Amino acid sequence: MTDRSRRYFLGRSLALGCSLAASPLVTPVTMASAPWDTRLVVIILRGAMDGLDVVRPVGDPGLAALRGGAGAPGGHALDGIFALHPDLSGLMPLWQKGELGFVHAVSTPYRDKRSHFDGQDILEAGTGQGLPGRDRDGWLNRMLQTIPGITAETAYAVGREDMLILTGDAPVANWSPDAALALSSQAQRLLESVMHDDPLFRDTLAEAIALSQSDLMEAAGGNPLDAGDMMNAMQDNMRPTRDRERVGSVARFAAERLRGDSRIAAFSLNGFDTHAHQERTLPRALAPLQEAVLTLREGLGDVWGKTAVLAMTEFGRTARLNGSGGTDHGTAGAMLLAGGAIRGGRVLGDWPGLAEADLYQRRDLMPTRDVRAIAGWAMRDLFGVDRALVEGTIFPGLELGPDPKLIL
Amino acid sequence: MPFDPARAAIRFGCGLSPAIPAPESVNAMLEALAGPDRAAERFPAAGFEAVREAHVAVTEARRRIRNGKSEAEREAALKDRQDATRELRRDAVGWFGQTLMRRVKTEDGFRERLVGFWADHFTAQGPGGALRFGYAGYVEDAIRPHVGGRFSDMLKAAVTHPLMLIYLNQTQSVGPGSAVVTRRGKKLGLNENLARELLELHTLGVGGPYDQSDVRDLAKLLTGLAYLRRKGFVYRAGHAEPGPLAFMGRRYGDKVPELGRVMAVLEDLAAHPATAAHLARKMAVHFTGDAPDAGLVDAMAQAFRASDGRLPAMYAAMLEHPAAWAEDGGNVKQPLDFMASSLRALDVSERHLSLKYRAVSRYFLNPLILMGQSWGAPPGPDGFPEDDAAWITPQRMAARLQWGMTVPFRLMRTLPDPRDFVEVALGPGAPEPVRFAARAAETRAEGVGLVLASPAFQRM
Repeated sequence: MTDRSRRYFLGRSLALGCSLAASPLVTPVTMASAPWDTRLVVIILRGAMDGLDVVRPVGDPGLAALRGGAGAPGGHALDGIFALHPDLSGLMPLWQKGELGFVHAVSTPYRDKRSHFDGQDILEAGTGQGLPGRDRDGWLNRMLQTIPGITAETAYAVGREDMLILTGDAPVANWSPDAALALSSQAQRLLESVMHDDPLFRDTLAEAIALSQSDLMEAAGGNPLDAGDMMNAMQDNMRPTRDRERVGSVARFAAERLRGDSRIAAFSLNGFDTHAHQERTLPRALAPLQEAVLTLREGLGDVWGKTAVLAMTEFGRTARLNGSGGTDHGTAGAMLLAGGAIRGGRVLGDWPGLAEADLYQRRDLMPTRDVRAIAGWAMRDLFGVDRALVEGTIFPGLELGPDPKLIL
Repeated sequence: MPFDPARAAIRFGCGLSPAIPAPESVNAMLEALAGPDRAAERFPAAGFEAVREAHVAVTEARRRIRNGKSEAEREAALKDRQDATRELRRDAVGWFGQTLMRRVKTEDGFRERLVGFWADHFTAQGPGGALRFGYAGYVEDAIRPHVGGRFSDMLKAAVTHPLMLIYLNQTQSVGPGSAVVTRRGKKLGLNENLARELLELHTLGVGGPYDQSDVRDLAKLLTGLAYLRRKGFVYRAGHAEPGPLAFMGRRYGDKVPELGRVMAVLEDLAAHPATAAHLARKMAVHFTGDAPDAGLVDAMAQAFRASDGRLPAMYAAMLEHPAAWAEDGGNVKQPLDFMASSLRALDVSERHLSLKYRAVSRYFLNPLILMGQSWGAPPGPDGFPEDDAAWITPQRMAARLQWGMTVPFRLMRTLPDPRDFVEVALGPGAPEPVRFAARAAETRAEGVGLVLASPAFQRM
């Protein structure tokens, strides 16, 4: 929506006191929605992020042979081996404070077929075997299923896409801030009245209106929304948006919920499928990732100190550049960790090396650790989830392996 | 509560229309279904064959992109691939448009709803590439011709359809004792996916009388069903497990595998009492509500069994049962039902819907995704959820409200007076608050949107 029409919204939201009070989401008496106070954000990086270009093993002599001089120039030294992609330079202050880390050469158990859709399903299902098919549980949902007394407020799937990772029998909330309902006060009154006698519709409308506030509050101004503004805003909402336009509001919304009763948020960022001209295409995907992390930190305020952010992708990319300056679907990749709760300033992982014989099928970075083990240790340390539950229920059949000591 | 024309159109049809009268009786509904498929004649759509041809063209172009001897050859092949994909995508958007138009203009709305129900019961979708556009053609071939016939015929058509064989991995399943394994030593084996879903979803139901060993026996019986890009569906005896094979207490086929044994086992599964109970319950949930009347379900199952699996007998048992006409507790319309019944109430014309790909995406396909029902792409083989609460979440409801307030105006530019529209869309039972909202709205678009947003319209 345009800046001008946005400015009209704040005044409207101030006039909303009545229905807000009726919403189950903003009841004045709040109850913690989980037995812990720590926060977890999982960001799914769709399209297969090239770990070798994001966390560059510049100290490995194999890199130059595989990648030549291509890739965006520069990079920030992280340790003796790795350097960070220059388009994530805005995260370096976090690295210096120990609030940013990486795990390299990780993957799911998915091998060889390298399909995005299957790879993402396996990453989010976390069962490590076959495709989830009809048992569409995500691993974060299975974790929630083991916690007594959680509510739909405990975990949020944010954004327009379905998040398999949070799908399942445990209640979770979904909301996309760009779906925000911009209603004139007249339209809202009439909607409330036509839905009044149907509890499902009435309660859901109240929730939708309450959830819409954070997006509408972004804009300042004093005028109430009129029917024309409402129609313009609604039309804009029917339009597909790009990550770089929506990531700010998604991360801000997630942070706002996590500052309240919510403990877990998941959302996804697209655009990592860099088959060509990677020096131009990868920065376009990294900018939203950086913005997401920085927006979360800003929005979380002092809760940032209790937060861990895990950003993970379905698989890595080929070790070599292809003929069009890009990379094709590969196997192992890198994972990003951020937050005040993590023990950052480190690139974790058992580095396999880049010599031809060290590559998986002589083409991809060799996976040395299951990405689920990292997520499993994070849940164990953040939430005190029992190791047996992680290995038996959340990630059935996984061996967590040695403790990477992720969380402070 | 007896038969009621407006409820018949809303609950069992495609909604009320200002131009087409609601059904007069249960008999009229069943007679229309027994007659010719006029909606498909008037708004034709291609079968899967069109997608198979595109699949061949795209694969062929890919091969030439890979193996082209010169840059020019590769460029030409790339262009061929793009053209074929673009053309297919344009065609697929046309098929979607026909799906809507059939629902807007039909006098036989029950048939369109049955097509939707059975297409979901036999969910199949393509993995990607040209095949991801295979859904509409699959429904046209395997589902639509059989909705007024015998269940076993639909079962056979769906289970042997290329899209189903691909979707449930049957194309990868090979008998461990088949010729290709024993004589040529190929390292291939059984894939149980189709066999399991056939029992669990398509016939006996999840609580049905079968176990893992039955799944495995059925998987052996199904080997040989295959899809070849150049030919379509084929039976490959060399990939099939030699018989005779046992399944649930019977023996099927002979030493040399043939398609007939698959057809025989499908007939037997269709005739199993557990199948009748499973189908009756599922259909009652879909048409009458999340917790259907037990007597209604029993009557439907009984009619199915007594008529040797003729579907119209089961439909008649549903429509003749008083519980089917209960005044409240109707299901929430699924997003496609909501959209199409809105367009029907607005009486949009073909002209309004002759849109380019981009506009169809913006007005229909993207909003359907936001409402939770990506067209032709259910979340899994069990199809879309039936539970009302799955559809009315804050985000999905917001998408419905915004669609109803904006898209009708974008499509038509001239909207009906909301005071008239409320009577057309909701019929004689329009609740007073909705009538009031239609009068009090500030604009026509808002008034129409409020009527479409009301639970009276959103429920069936």
